Amino acid sequence: MSENKAFTLDAKPIEFQDGDTIMDAALRAGAYIPHLCHNPEFEPHGSCRVCVVGVNGRRVSACTQPATEGLEVENNSEAIKQERRALLQMLFVEGNHVCPGCEKSGACQLQAVAYYVGMLDPHFTHFFPRRLVDASHAEVAIDFNRCILCELCVRASCDVDKKNVFSISGRGIGSHLVINSPSGKLGDSDFSVNDKAAQVCPVGAILHKHTGYDRPIGERLYDRQPISVVGDVAEHEGKDHG
Amino acid sequence: MTDQLETAQHPERLKRVVIEPLTRVEGHGKVTLLLDDANHIKQARLHIVEFRGFEKFVQGRPYWELPVLVQRLCGICPVSHHLVAAKATDMLVGATQITPAAEKIRRLMHYGQTLQSHALHFFHLCSPDLLFGFDDEVRHRNIIGVIEDHPEIAKQGVLLRKYGQEVIRVTAGKRVHGTGAIPGGVNKSISTDERDYLLKDIDQIIAWSQGSVELIKRIFSDQFDYHMAFATIDSNMMSMIRNDGAFEIYHGGLRAKDPNGQTIFDHVDCNTYEQYLREGVKSWSYMKFPFIHSLGSENGWYRVGPLARVNNCDFFTTPLAEQARKAFRDAGQGRPVQASLAYHWARLIELLHCAEAIKDLLFDDDLLSDDLLVKGDMQARGIGVLEAPRGTLIHDYRINADGLVEKANLIVSTTNNNQAMNESIRQVANHYLDGKQLTEPLLNQIEVAIRAYDPCLSCATHALGKMPLEVQLLNSEGELVDRLQKRADGAIGIPADRENSG
Repeated sequence: MSENKAFTLDAKPIEFQDGDTIMDAALRAGAYIPHLCHNPEFEPHGSCRVCVVGVNGRRVSACTQPATEGLEVENNSEAIKQERRALLQMLFVEGNHVCPGCEKSGACQLQAVAYYVGMLDPHFTHFFPRRLVDASHAEVAIDFNRCILCELCVRASCDVDKKNVFSISGRGIGSHLVINSPSGKLGDSDFSVNDKAAQVCPVGAILHKHTGYDRPIGERLYDRQPISVVGDVAEHEGKDHG
Repeated sequence: MTDQLETAQHPERLKRVVIEPLTRVEGHGKVTLLLDDANHIKQARLHIVEFRGFEKFVQGRPYWELPVLVQRLCGICPVSHHLVAAKATDMLVGATQITPAAEKIRRLMHYGQTLQSHALHFFHLCSPDLLFGFDDEVRHRNIIGVIEDHPEIAKQGVLLRKYGQEVIRVTAGKRVHGTGAIPGGVNKSISTDERDYLLKDIDQIIAWSQGSVELIKRIFSDQFDYHMAFATIDSNMMSMIRNDGAFEIYHGGLRAKDPNGQTIFDHVDCNTYEQYLREGVKSWSYMKFPFIHSLGSENGWYRVGPLARVNNCDFFTTPLAEQARKAFRDAGQGRPVQASLAYHWARLIELLHCAEAIKDLLFDDDLLSDDLLVKGDMQARGIGVLEAPRGTLIHDYRINADGLVEKANLIVSTTNNNQAMNESIRQVANHYLDGKQLTEPLLNQIEVAIRAYDPCLSCATHALGKMPLEVQLLNSEGELVDRLQKRADGAIGIPADRENSG
C-alpha cells in the first residue's frame, strides 16, 4: 500500500514512495520547490538551504527531509519565500555575481531561482571578494567569483567521474573550491570537458571556453518560461551550453 | 588661439566661477572659469570628474566577455563599445574576415544606434538651445518647452529614437546592452518577420530625418554668421574612411586633414593607430589629451565625430545624405567647416544617412542567412576601431595563452575631442563672456559650446537641464561674494542656507 502514501504541499496532496525525500516526491509530482545544490542524480546535500520548507512548524531542507505520511509542508507561503530571498541575497553578496556581464545570464539557475522567489535586489552589503579566473584548461574555465559552493562538481567528479578533481577547502566564510592538481590549476588536473563535473554547475562558475553569449537573448534557457517550468540547468547541459 | 586661457599665472588672485554639473550632456563634468576683478577671464577648463577604470577591471577576464562587459561603459551608445570590442575579439579568434551576414547585421545594429543616439542628442538635449535661443528662460529651455511649443518636432525626435532602439533590439536582443555581436560574428540572424517589422516604418523615418536636416539648415541660415563664428576653432580632423573615400562608420582606414583640408594621413590601417596617435596627460584632468604624433601635442590635437566625418569624406553612398553633404560643404567656402555648431548640422546629415542605409540593408537577403560565425587561430592581440556616434573609438586588448585579458587600452570618442572642447569654451569665454557680469544665460553659452560635441563624459546620465547647479563668485582673496543656485525644479534663486542666514 506504499504507493498511496501522501503528504500535503501547500495543502495539495503529494504521493510518495518509501525512501523519498519531500523534494523527490514533489519533483515527481511536478510541484516545484526552489533549489540549487540539489540534483536528483546525486545524494542529497542540503547545503544551499534554498529548498527550505516549513514542516509542522519547523524549517527543514526539502532535499534531505524524508517524506512521511501526513506531513503538512509549507512551500510557497510568503514567510518561506522571504527566507529564500534572504538566503539568495546572501549568496549574491558573498560572491561576485555580476549578471549584466555574465555569459550565463538567462541560463543561470541562481538567477532563475532569484527571479522565481521575487528577489529584486541584493539588499546586503557586497563582500566583493578578490577571486581569479582559472582558464588554464584548454576547453573549460572556472570563474571562482561565481561559485556558490553547491559541491555538485565535487560530487560529480567523485561519484561519477571517479577523479576527485574538486574539493572544498577552508571553513565557514573561508570555504572555497580547490582543484586537485600539483599547481592547483585545472589545466594540470585530469579534468576533461566530457566529465560529468563539467555538466552540472548551476551557475556561471564552470564554463565552456570560447562559446559565451552564443545563444541570443530570447532563446536562452529561462528567457521564455520560469525555472519552475523549465527545470534545472543540469537537465539541459549537453543539449546546449546556452 | 586661446592657449593662454588654459593656465592662469596667478590663480590665487582670481575669482572662480564653476559650472557644475554640466547639463544636457551625457555624464558628469564641470567647467571652471577664473576671472580677475574686472571679470576678464584668465583661465577656462573643462574637467571630467568621473573615473571609469574599465581598462583595469577587465584584466583577468576571459576575452569572449569583452563585447558584453565593456559596453557597460555607456548607456547611450553601448552598441559602439559592443561592436568595437567584437571587432577586436574577431582578431583574437583569428576571424580575419567575418561572414557577409555577420557584417551586415552588425552594420544594421550600428546604423540603428547612431540614428537613435543622434536623435536623442539633437531633439532631446540640444533643440531647446537652437529653437529658443541660448538666452531663453531656463525653465522653458528644455525638452518640455519643445513639446509645448513644437509638439511635432518633439514627437519626431521621440519616434526617431524609438526606431533606432528597435533596430538594436532586433539585432542585439535588447534595446540597451544586448549580446548580438560575439567573437567571430553574431549570434542571430534577422527573421523575415523582423525585417518586415522594420521596413514598415522606414520611409517615414527617412522623411523625418530629411526634415531634421532642413530644420537645422534653416536654424543655421537664420543667423549664419553668428553660428559660423560661435565657439569656432580651427582644428585638424580625423575620421574613418572607406577605401574609395566614402563616408564609413563601421570598418575602414583612418584619414586626418588639417584646418585647410590638406591631408595629414590617409587610409591608415587602424591596427597601426599607435604609430599615428599619442595620448598626453594634464595634471588638472582625468581625461587624456590625444594628438597626432607627427604634429606634436601643441599642434596635433584634432576633432572627431560628425563634423570631422562629414568634412573628411568624399561622398555619401546614399543620395539624400550626399545631397545634404554638398550643401554643408558649400558653407565652408573651400575649407572644412570649422564651426563647432556645425556639429549639429553634420550630425543630422549622418542621421539621414543612417536611415537611408538601414533601408538599403533591409532589402539585403544576407541578413536572413544563418552563416554567422567564423573562427581561426587564436592571436595574442586584438584591435578594434570604428566610428561611434561621437567619433573614432579604439579598443586594444592583449590576452595571455589562457585567453584572459592582460592589458586593455580604450581611446573613447569624447577623449579625442578633449582639447577641442577646451579650446571651444575658451573661445566662448574670450568672445562672449569676457568683462561681463556673469548670468545664467551667459554661462549657458559655455554649455552650448560643449553640447555641440555631444560629449559622453561618463557615459551614464541624462540631466535634461534639471540637475541642480550652483555658481559661486569669489573675490581675489578667495572669499565668497555671491552665490546663485539653480534648483532641481529649474528654479533659480538664492541658496536656502543663505536665505536662512539672512
